[in-house]
Amino acid sequence: MDRNPAESFQDMILALHDFWSAQGCLILQPYDMRMGAGTFHTATTLRALGPEPWNAAFVQPCRRPTDGRYGENPNRLQHYYQYQVILKPSPADIQDLYLQSLRVIGIDPLLHDIRFVEDDWESPTLGAWGLGWEVWCDGMEVTQFTYFQQMGGFDCKPVAGELTYGLERLAMYIQGVDNVYDLDFNGRGVSYGDVFLENEKQMSKWNFEVADTDALFDLFRKAAAECRNCLDNNVPIAAYEQAIEASHVFNLLQARGVISVQERASYMAQVRDLARGSCEAYMAKEAPRWAEKCPEWSK
Amino acid sequence: MSDFLLELRSEEIPARMQAGARGELEKLFRREMDAAGVGIGEVTVWSTPRRLALVARGLPESTEAVREEAKGPPEGAPDAAIDGFCRKNGVGRDQLELREVKGRPTWFAVIEKPGRATRDLLAEAIPAIARDFAWPKSMRWGAASVSTGSLRWVRPLSGIVAILGEDLVECAVDGVRSGYATLGHRFHCPGEITIGGAHDYAEKLRACHVIVDHEERAALIREGARKAAADAGLALVEDEGLVIENAGLTEWPVPLLGRFDEAFLDVPPEVIQLTARTNQKYFVCTRAPAQAGASGEGEQPHEAPASAGTQELANAFVCTANIEAEDGGAAIVDGNRKVLAARLSDARFFWEQDRKTSLADHASKLERITFHEKLGTVADKVERVAKLARWLVEEGIVRESPLPLAGGAGGGPASSDSDIPSPNPSRKREGDLANLAEQAARLAKADLVTEMVGEFPELQGLMGGYYARAEGLPDEVADAIRDHYKPVGQGDEVPTAPVTVAVSLADKLDTVAAFFANDDKPTGSKDPYALRRAAISLAAVVAQNNLRIPLSVVYRATFLPARLNLRLDNSEVPKAQRAIDDDYFKSLDLFALRQAQEAENVFEIMEDRAHRVADPTKMKQFGRTRAQAILTEYESSEREFLDFFADRLKVQQREAGVRHDLIDAVFALGNEDDLVRLLARVNALQAFIETEDGANLLAAYKRASNILKKEDWRGIEGEIAQTGEEDPLAIVDDPDLAAVVAAKMAERHASGLSYTPEPAEKALIDALHAAEPEAARAVEQEDFAAAMAALASLRAPIDRFFDEVTVNADEEKKRAARLDLLARFRAAVHKVADFSRIEG
Repeated sequence: MDRNPAESFQDMILALHDFWSAQGCLILQPYDMRMGAGTFHTATTLRALGPEPWNAAFVQPCRRPTDGRYGENPNRLQHYYQYQVILKPSPADIQDLYLQSLRVIGIDPLLHDIRFVEDDWESPTLGAWGLGWEVWCDGMEVTQFTYFQQMGGFDCKPVAGELTYGLERLAMYIQGVDNVYDLDFNGRGVSYGDVFLENEKQMSKWNFEVADTDALFDLFRKAAAECRNCLDNNVPIAAYEQAIEASHVFNLLQARGVISVQERASYMAQVRDLARGSCEAYMAKEAPRWAEKCPEWSK
Repeated sequence: MSDFLLELRSEEIPARMQAGARGELEKLFRREMDAAGVGIGEVTVWSTPRRLALVARGLPESTEAVREEAKGPPEGAPDAAIDGFCRKNGVGRDQLELREVKGRPTWFAVIEKPGRATRDLLAEAIPAIARDFAWPKSMRWGAASVSTGSLRWVRPLSGIVAILGEDLVECAVDGVRSGYATLGHRFHCPGEITIGGAHDYAEKLRACHVIVDHEERAALIREGARKAAADAGLALVEDEGLVIENAGLTEWPVPLLGRFDEAFLDVPPEVIQLTARTNQKYFVCTRAPAQAGASGEGEQPHEAPASAGTQELANAFVCTANIEAEDGGAAIVDGNRKVLAARLSDARFFWEQDRKTSLADHASKLERITFHEKLGTVADKVERVAKLARWLVEEGIVRESPLPLAGGAGGGPASSDSDIPSPNPSRKREGDLANLAEQAARLAKADLVTEMVGEFPELQGLMGGYYARAEGLPDEVADAIRDHYKPVGQGDEVPTAPVTVAVSLADKLDTVAAFFANDDKPTGSKDPYALRRAAISLAAVVAQNNLRIPLSVVYRATFLPARLNLRLDNSEVPKAQRAIDDDYFKSLDLFALRQAQEAENVFEIMEDRAHRVADPTKMKQFGRTRAQAILTEYESSEREFLDFFADRLKVQQREAGVRHDLIDAVFALGNEDDLVRLLARVNALQAFIETEDGANLLAAYKRASNILKKEDWRGIEGEIAQTGEEDPLAIVDDPDLAAVVAAKMAERHASGLSYTPEPAEKALIDALHAAEPEAARAVEQEDFAAAMAALASLRAPIDRFFDEVTVNADEEKKRAARLDLLARFRAAVHKVADFSRIEG
């Protein structure tokens, strides 16, 4: 069946799936938890550690409560999609592969100005950083391109290349649409607004006005406690899920405006400790197997 | 002789790192060639986002053979020592020679180093250059990065071209092998191209849409952007920083002009310019034609962008594409327009949102922002600054119109407190000024919590000014909010409006004093709170406005509130005591304390207040102890504070182009806490030294000084005090001693000479007799031009004295008298400035 990425949001996603699948990537499904960025997906964070090759692509819904605009801003959403590709070790032709993927979804680099502009990435929460670029298409940032150097405070050996496409932005660009809600979702007249506008309105209201803050504080405490419980019982992946949960609840509390400047730093430190603790436990559990499999790695 | 080409290709190098990388490449290449003994001529380095290139002209085919000798152990040394020496130098025992060294037979190794082919040396040098290359940030990549020991580069290194003459220099860096092939433009010429050597490199790349010379690209952007604007009937706002950045982002730059919706022009022009510049790297344009000189051909403008603030911004931008697009750039311009529109709608949203809240309401949120862990919140700081700004006006330090410069070239009588040429127009006006200064200070930091400044911190102050005007606050207040951070850096405009000056001074003084009170002084290269910069810009405000600012008094006014504020927060004090402490200090009227003229008075008041709180006995004791402790701290930090400002003033004056030796000559006199008086003196000295009289007097001074030094003549000065100081000038520098010396000298002069002086000697005595009181009077009245004139009157007599009189006379009494006379001359000069510090 012919795809038409230039006129359909879902065809654009399917074209990316086709392309990366052909490059040998696993096509995974979204992580079934609320998170602020695709980087939180275990297919990225945890798989960036260790020596084993790992190539995967997936769509991840992202939630950023403070970015909600009640459906009134044409560019900002509290819920949107990222397309993530993770390639470990980073292949020598990763930039070319990426540019090919742009052609696949209809961006002609002799008509549009594609640029790699310095933009290093750092997530103190995950104890992670990398060097890379934001990729510009005619001045618009369409992708974050990062060579992971550390994750959870550990060196990435080998380094993974991570591509994060902002799907709505890319689609708006390709479809020539100025308002995200006007995007054609399926190429048959169903718009992004038809699917998500009411959701944005209600969720913005909930994020900013309705959410029960006592319950949220309670959730935060419970997630933190459960994370520690998991660590005590050496199930680091389960612990990591609780860290993701705590991180998102913290974002909700921020949106509700109930965390003061002084408290903010302390909450962030708590989330960081949970995430790092989970990564450390994951490393500790896997390290012996990795060392045996790849003697180079432990050096 | 051959030319050498080296190209190190990589994925996109950050624009901001390219200049440094070019320097690094040349430095390391020269280092390697120097170590290998290869003489090199001209070296050129170029960069694009995807490559660093170096061309070295006229390399020899090989190095000369060299013969080196190494001295080893003496004959008869243990075998182990001799074997070790052989190993170290790579020679056999039979190659050693015995030679006499200071009568002792000693082994020498003679090492013949044959010449080596330059190509081989280059093949070794290239991996060394790559390995040692220092990038501000570097990374690992690819399969090799399974080990952390793999090569680090700014982004993955992808290719090496290394050609000497027409021959390949074969080498490999972490698996990347050198070759003849490189890549052209990423999109225009995606295939490989083969380079012949240094001679065809740049042209072959040009044919493949890559301009390798970064300066050529910068020129294309500079000219192209100007032309794009001119073609649309507009003027480009010059921005050399953007030119260089865009040159670092492109291999084939194509400036394109686009338009945005006129409606966005409601947003302040600085916001539009900053949005376009920071986020998108676009130039902006104005409607007015370019100012003459601002964009002259061939001129190199500053890297800082010109401000669009004064001219009417046009709804146009210039972006720099990296391709010659098939549609002439229409799609690119359209895409960029949309992105800018989205950015500008965010900015307009902030602009509208922020104005829904008054600045005073914004300011109330400053309580939530920590200024410094121990120094409280920004709201605390604002409170102190507001009171200090008012105080600066009420004390008459900041006035409605500035005082004229004392002791200027005209040499008129200096002003004193009782004789101010332009008195304050009215008491009411002064009251207004104080109110305005306090009001402006209270609102000056409010914009820190606005959305706009949250997004663009660079707009702090400026946005506050806009918001103040928008809500109808007086212009003086809006201007003061806008400009109170100024001057930021050399060349920035220095505020002169009284309200602005008061807020600017108060803000900077409070910052410096607060950190001094917290014992957070800059040390060495560490100045985490940028206190030096604050003090330099403070010195500039003082100098520009000719403010008579007694620093000790100001420090007292600033130190105490900051110090007391600190005490409230101090966790070192035990908790029980702290409760009393807080109670006590809260009961103090800090503002009243500040008005006390003498430090001791302040502490008396503090003690007095201590009686009035809850537990008088306890508090009395406690208040006294605390007051004494703070007084001690105050006294020790005051000196440091004054020295700190003196040093900053020196730096500020040096940056403003005043000779540092002249600054030193005046500062060496010490005991001066009035910056304006210091500067007037320096200026008068500079004017004088540049005259013929000045230059000759300096020469005579140096001659007199040298003679006194050579003769080790202490003369009268030596009789008075033997302080053990090696430098007799140190004695004259001591103001108390100087007075004694002067008295003693006067006595001696009055007593006359025991012989008949020669005419030239007599003339000098007479000239000194007249000049000394005149110079003293002039200095007293701060008429430094007149003081210099008094010195100038000594020039002819001292020259004549040296011409006609023999100082080292045979008769001891004559010799002594003449040396005394020279010492007197030197002392007279010192009353005005320490000429020993002046160069030339």
